[in-house]
Parts: sequence; structure tokens; C-alpha cells
Amino acid sequence: MIAHAIFFYFFSIIAILSAIMVVVSRNTVHAVFFLILDFISIGCLFIMVGAEFLGMMMLIVYVGAVAVLFLFVVMIMNVSEQKLSWFRGTRKSNHIPVGLVISFVILLELIVVVGGWKYKSSFLKTESLIFDKELTNTHLIGNVMYTEYIHLFQISGIILLLSMIGAIVLTYRKREGVKRQSYLTQITREREDSIKLVDVNFKEGVKIDD
Amino acid sequence: MIEVGLGHYLVLGAVIFSLGMIGIFLNRKNVIVILMSIELILLAVNINLVSFSIFLQDIVGQVFTMLILTVAAAEAAIGLAIIVVYYRNKGSIRVEEINQMRG
Repeated sequence: MIAHAIFFYFFSIIAILSAIMVVVSRNTVHAVFFLILDFISIGCLFIMVGAEFLGMMMLIVYVGAVAVLFLFVVMIMNVSEQKLSWFRGTRKSNHIPVGLVISFVILLELIVVVGGWKYKSSFLKTESLIFDKELTNTHLIGNVMYTEYIHLFQISGIILLLSMIGAIVLTYRKREGVKRQSYLTQITREREDSIKLVDVNFKEGVKIDD
Repeated sequence: MIEVGLGHYLVLGAVIFSLGMIGIFLNRKNVIVILMSIELILLAVNINLVSFSIFLQDIVGQVFTMLILTVAAAEAAIGLAIIVVYYRNKGSIRVEEINQMRG
């Protein structure tokens, strides 16, 4: 139990500090790196608490895909170094204290909710207690996800397809000087259009490009 | 203090959620940091779901965490595509200079 506490505080302190650094760091590339550190530490917390599959999935999806996507975009767009310091804009605006106040109120509300949960006498018994100590975490998730929640699983697949199509459609543009393959032209090409029979005279040869 | 229970995980989720919200409210630099703050918020939601799933001994929370993971990935892809298109058209993604819709 002491090991659990030590690891929990270690990873959670790293996670909170790196979340702060994501918000306040001036360099956007550094912010992405701290985001990666945050994801990794939360993934370690998941693995430690017993959700191994989700911890690994966190590493694969967030660190391997999302954070690298952020890194690509930041480096492509060359916006890494911003001249102005954070919290200070060129125009006068008073939304910063309001935003701070709202954020702290939300934090306090969440803490109050957590405290209220602590004084509850017993946990609410859920309908489907399908936690079997015999099986592994991955096996349990697979048992539930592909049977009871198959529709949600398929809808999430459709969401991924939609996001892929949307990203391609948004960033697509026609450019000059790029040769593209046209299937219609390829298929509908006739023999007469492309083959020409010529009689070759002796010692004269044939000019191909004329 | 030594005994780590559900409340500790919930407080961790609350703190990360609030940090993401501060990042959205106070950001004046560029939109990418706002997207990263949204990722932080979704991460906090994931922490809550997983900790409830572990401490209530119910696997369904982890299934929903998978779905949130999917939505987060899709949202990041679409948001970054929008940002790339905006940068291509306007040449800047500073938050204060985005006033096309007079919002």
C-alpha cells in the first residue's frame, strides 16, 4: 500500500506539473513535449491502478498519434516561438481575471463533489458487476466491448472514418504542376489513339516525338 | 494520506481539468495550445472514468474511456486540419487576430 501511495504521488505530481507547463510555456514545441510527459505519467498511473490495457492504449493513441500530430503541425507552421509573453495581449481586455475566477470556482466545485463522495456511506452498486479476477484486463474489456457495446464500438469507428475524411477534405487543394493519375482516361483509351503504325525506310529511322 | 483511495484520483482529475480550463481561458498565443488544453480536459475525464471503474469493480467505465479516446483522436485530427487551413489562408493563428466571425 505504501508503494502504491509513493507511485501515485510521484506520477500525479509529474502529471500536474507538466499540465501546468503545457499551459504556461512560451514555446509551443515545449508545450507539446510536456503534453507527452503528461500522457505518459497518466498512462503509468492507469497501469499501476490496474487498467493495463487502457494505459498501453493511452501510450499508443495519445503519445504515438495525437502528440506526434501536434508536433508535426507546430513544426510545419513555424509558430513555435511567440514574441509576446503569455497572458498579455496587444489589446486591452479584461477576460483574464474573469477566466481565472471561473476556473478556480470550477476547481472548488469539483473538490466539493469529491468530498461529498467521500462521506457517502457505501458505493452505489452498479447493475453490471462484471469484474472477474481470473481474467486479464484486456480479456475483460474485449468481453464487454464486442458484445454489449458493439454498437458504440462501431459508431466510434464511423467517427474515426468521418474525421479522416474531414481532415482530407479540409486540407486538400489543387496545385499546379502536379501530374495526377486519371483512371477514366486510362480505361477509356482506344487503340487508335495511342498506337500508330509507320513504315520504316531503310537507313532513315523513325522520329518518335514529332 | 498514505492510503490512496478513490478521492485522490478524483482530485487529480479535478486539478488537471481545471488546468485545462485555465489554459483555454487565459491563452493569448495560438490555437494549438487551446487544442492541447482540450486534450488535457479529456484526459481528466478519462482519469475519473478509470478510477471509478477500478474502485467500483465495473469494467464498463474502461469501455467508455476507450470511446473517449477515439473521440479525442478524431477531435485532434479535425482541429489541426482546421488550423492548418486557417494558417494557409491567413498566415497567423494568434487567438486575438482571429476575428473573422466577429465573435
